[in-house]
Amino acid sequence: MKPPPFDYARPRSLDEALATLAAHGADARPLAGGQSLIPLLSLRLARPSLLVDLSFIPGLASVQAENGTTVLGAMVRQRALERDAQVAQRLPVLAEATRLVGHPPIRNRGTVGGSLAHADPSAEYPALALALDAELVVRSASGERVIPARDFFVDLFTTALAPGELLTAVRIPVPPPGTGWSIQEIARRHGDFALAGATVLLRKASDGTCQHAAIALFGVATRPLRASAAEQALAGRPLTSEAIREAASLAAGWIDEPLSDVHGSAAYRRRMAEVVARRALEEASRRAGA
Amino acid sequence: MATVPITLTVNGQAVRAEVEPRVTLADFLRDELGLTGTKLGCEHGVCGACTVLVDGAAVRSCLILAVQAEGADVLTIEGLAGDGLHPVQEAFWEHHGLQCGFCTPGMVLTAYALLQERPSPSEEEIREALAGNLCRCTGYQNIVVAVRAAAEKLAGAR
Repeated sequence: MKPPPFDYARPRSLDEALATLAAHGADARPLAGGQSLIPLLSLRLARPSLLVDLSFIPGLASVQAENGTTVLGAMVRQRALERDAQVAQRLPVLAEATRLVGHPPIRNRGTVGGSLAHADPSAEYPALALALDAELVVRSASGERVIPARDFFVDLFTTALAPGELLTAVRIPVPPPGTGWSIQEIARRHGDFALAGATVLLRKASDGTCQHAAIALFGVATRPLRASAAEQALAGRPLTSEAIREAASLAAGWIDEPLSDVHGSAAYRRRMAEVVARRALEEASRRAGA
Repeated sequence: MATVPITLTVNGQAVRAEVEPRVTLADFLRDELGLTGTKLGCEHGVCGACTVLVDGAAVRSCLILAVQAEGADVLTIEGLAGDGLHPVQEAFWEHHGLQCGFCTPGMVLTAYALLQERPSPSEEEIREALAGNLCRCTGYQNIVVAVRAAAEKLAGAR
């Protein structure tokens, strides 16, 4: 259980980090908080020849409010996010989701960008990025590009990031006041990987019907999913318990091929996806102002 | 692979060393500094036995490379006690919060970090804080009792 040998770079600026990543291509891995990468090294599931430590680069760990958008630096520690007053007020679903990420000692080190770039299918942040229509800001030695969350998560532990590219920030449109929200998951212990999870953002029109619904599932497939069929089924309808049950069932049916492992079969995960989707829709509906 | 020079503080003492990048902080503390109070259980971040404080925050020392601790202030179980036992350690002793003792350094430091942040935690908060630390002997009940007693001891001392 010891990592294989590798070299280590400690850049002091973003440009230096990008130049180092460009020079080493796919052999180099950025090291953010290390809470997923270091276990992968210890288990020898990853064998990069060079780690580029991002912790000593100034300016990557800020939480900023722009017009209607919250911008999180990739190196914002999860624990800092959990305690951030602006996030608590503007993005309560993100604060709540953060408390579901691992345990406090993990969150003390783990970062927002690390979790997104690692793209664990059971992770909370990728699903939230999808539900919130976030944009991921990516830099490389040759410039910057912005990738919508829906195009970022490609497959199991696989994102749209190319070798030499670095996720530097995530831009999250702040939901309008009155938006109901929820994140629900089933795990074996608090802080364990979710076997099934759902996050929901919901807005009601003045007559109480559903104006906007975003439903993202995690822990159930090789990547987080937006349950589009369920979202469309709710649009314009009153949020009755019957409508919510139908939407949850549609969401579970939307999963092509559920994950299956020793902790939960595919059938179990599909069933639990329906349960967490229903719970999340119910809670978001209660929280949504008309 | 080239070694990297590091400078850090461990239990109040300045430490300089040359380390291979692949050496975790846990292995550095145990093998280079001889601080074997930090235990290694799973070595991939699941069991919590190797919990130490880095810059005041509880972290898993098997999930940090020693090179990442450059400039950091590290507290291990060896640095917690003063002349006698620390009140958290006393409480674990008095309330039978350990049996074999392997998970204890990690439990004590996790509890210490919790009480620094939340001097009077509820039982639920104690259980949530300890959820990342595995104990195969006690069934956790007396650990929770010990942490609550430690909170009272520390409150009395203030």
